[in-house]
Amino acid sequence: MSNNDNKIEDKIKLKVYRENRGQNSKSYYDSFEVPYKRWTTVLDALLYVKGYIDPSLAIRYSCRMASCGSCGMKINGIPRLACYTKISELETSTIECEPLGNFPIIRDLVTDFSLFYKHHKNIQPYIQSTESVETAAEEKTYSYNQSPQDVDKYLQFSYCIKCGLCYSACPTVGTDLRFPGPQALAQLYRYFADTRDESKNRLNIVDDRHGIWRCHFAGSCSKVCPKGVDPALGIQLLRSYMLGVSKNNKKQAEKIEVNLD
Amino acid sequence: MEEIEHPIRNNFEGLRGWLKLSGYGWERVSYWFQRLTGVFLLIYFIGHIYETSTIVNGLNAWESFLELTQTVWGHLFLIVVIGASTFHSVNGIRLIFTHVGIGLGTPGRPDYPYNPSSLNYRQKSGIWIALILSVLAMYYGFNILFGE
Ligand code: SF4
Ligand code: FES
Repeated sequence: MSNNDNKIEDKIKLKVYRENRGQNSKSYYDSFEVPYKRWTTVLDALLYVKGYIDPSLAIRYSCRMASCGSCGMKINGIPRLACYTKISELETSTIECEPLGNFPIIRDLVTDFSLFYKHHKNIQPYIQSTESVETAAEEKTYSYNQSPQDVDKYLQFSYCIKCGLCYSACPTVGTDLRFPGPQALAQLYRYFADTRDESKNRLNIVDDRHGIWRCHFAGSCSKVCPKGVDPALGIQLLRSYMLGVSKNNKKQAEKIEVNLD
Repeated sequence: MEEIEHPIRNNFEGLRGWLKLSGYGWERVSYWFQRLTGVFLLIYFIGHIYETSTIVNGLNAWESFLELTQTVWGHLFLIVVIGASTFHSVNGIRLIFTHVGIGLGTPGRPDYPYNPSSLNYRQKSGIWIALILSVLAMYYGFNILFGE
């Protein structure tokens, strides 16, 4: 055990944004003093506040391990996952927690994700096959033959946990609500690059004045993404196909019938 | 694209978010400067067209307008124009490449600590080169305009 672990608990000041939209209350900041250790995350600290100081504090979380994407908030002004941000790594004596920007506030640190999910749904985030109906009728099961190289083309984009940090960081989203945002655009590329997908009109969805052309590569989405998705990369690669700079020579994945007997 | 409407607009960052520069890295600085210089140069070009069109009112009108740029403030303004156009062009070339994925790396298997390949130093150096060249161009312009 290091000396640091033995010493009497350090304290940190949490400055937390409070507002209850349902009751039309005015917004304000609350301050709480919270004990912390080297490994304490901002989420741990907020749960300490909720458990021991003020149970009315509203936060959203679930997995506590950067997997569910529900604890996104602005921590010291930058969108981050509260469960993935350690107090010790922030190196400030006060930590400011605010709701994610570009998401409507519901209460305190809890925001409304419906527009974000609408954009996600709009890009048709599922593999489309021209034969799915016949396959079901035939009661046959197929598997797709994909090489590791085929998988590498989309795998990193499929790591997205829909936490909305990129959407919050994007300067274009802040000024154009019809812009799909980095998450949805990167997901479009994820399905476009997948050799199992046979959709023909996926790219048309974002070929619009408010669509992909609004991205100007500020890179903030990739900077804040906690899962290494690198949405900015996906968007630029997608644009390259849409402009005809990269040729779309995707070879459809071969279907192999699986005998389940 | 399907029309997406949303009634609740609270907490949208608007210009406040757009203007936030710190904490997002060099690409955000590039985005910011590219836009600011773009808007500035657009205003300059409109003014420039107006300036050159004064010739239709005769040589005197043209010369009295030109005198505006022969003051200290006029010179400083032109130096800013030199800096803005240099940055906008050089960084613009970088953006032409990055916007079609050139120099950003290829997708792979992300591993902790998840350094995004698109924010690599190869393309980032384009921003620094644009900044350095615009400072050099402004320095050169300063020497020409204020020198003997
Ligand atoms: S791309 Fe990254 S930051 Fe954006 S929603 Fe997905 S995991 Fe979150
Ligand atoms: S609680 Fe699940 S991502 Fe933070």
